[in-house]
Amino acid sequence: MTEHIAVAAGLDAESADWPRALACTGPRREEALARLHEMLVRVARGEVARRGPRLRLTGPELDDLAYQAAADALVAIISKLGQFRGESRFTTWTYKFVIFEVSAKIGRHFWRHPDVRLDAEDWERLPDRFGFDPAQEAEWRDLLAALQRAVTEELTARQRRIFVAIVLNNVPLDTLVIELGSSRNAIYKTLFDARRKLRAVLAADGYIDNDCMGSS
Amino acid sequence: MNGWSALDRFLRTAQSDVGCAEAMQMLHIYAELTAAGAPAEQRYPGIAAHLRACGPCGEDFQGLLAALHSEKD
Repeated sequence: MTEHIAVAAGLDAESADWPRALACTGPRREEALARLHEMLVRVARGEVARRGPRLRLTGPELDDLAYQAAADALVAIISKLGQFRGESRFTTWTYKFVIFEVSAKIGRHFWRHPDVRLDAEDWERLPDRFGFDPAQEAEWRDLLAALQRAVTEELTARQRRIFVAIVLNNVPLDTLVIELGSSRNAIYKTLFDARRKLRAVLAADGYIDNDCMGSS
Repeated sequence: MNGWSALDRFLRTAQSDVGCAEAMQMLHIYAELTAAGAPAEQRYPGIAAHLRACGPCGEDFQGLLAALHSEKD
């Protein structure tokens, strides 16, 4: 804690005071915990309200989710207090935890939802997923057939499973994280590699340009 | 956006993309810079590339930004 306070010495006074108050004992700590919890609930409620219109969740469920996210974020923040390095205001650092908790809880909600299908391969959905106009099918039919072929023949089993779940079945990535017992980073990396491979195949067949972004 | 451009955008991958772990680690710093009007994209191009490509991390970034803006209301 001594090292932490020394690092935070260049911060604004409020950000420097938060970790000290939360690390001490007695009424000062209790007051800081109550204030932090109140702040986290406010941010969580704002975040679920922001995401609410796109979720199949109603008012009381959203409120429950917000309170659970705030409570879990508070536990995480206290356990990681020593990791606050003063690179942002303390409150900004804490908001990050509650936003992540909201994401994780939304992912868990969809995991429990009976409509979520991970492995069903309904390729008829593909044009709609990318917004291809059915009236112009003659223009994109070959492209999507080539894409389906590349998914089937070029991707690894894991890449294919993740592509099918996320692209065809519209499963949220955070839900897939829970389903596969993986991490957001690992799922994203798998899909990243799959996207790059598919682009290369479609470019080699002359369907699209192979202009990956970046210099290396 | 039509189907061709949506597919093209989906299949594009940036070499500078830092991935979820690093973006999540740095998100509070990046969001605070952005909220302050500082050139966060120029300072952290790999995070900017990731937030453009990764739906969940982009959503978290927008949420954090909204929380920072709500402080001013």
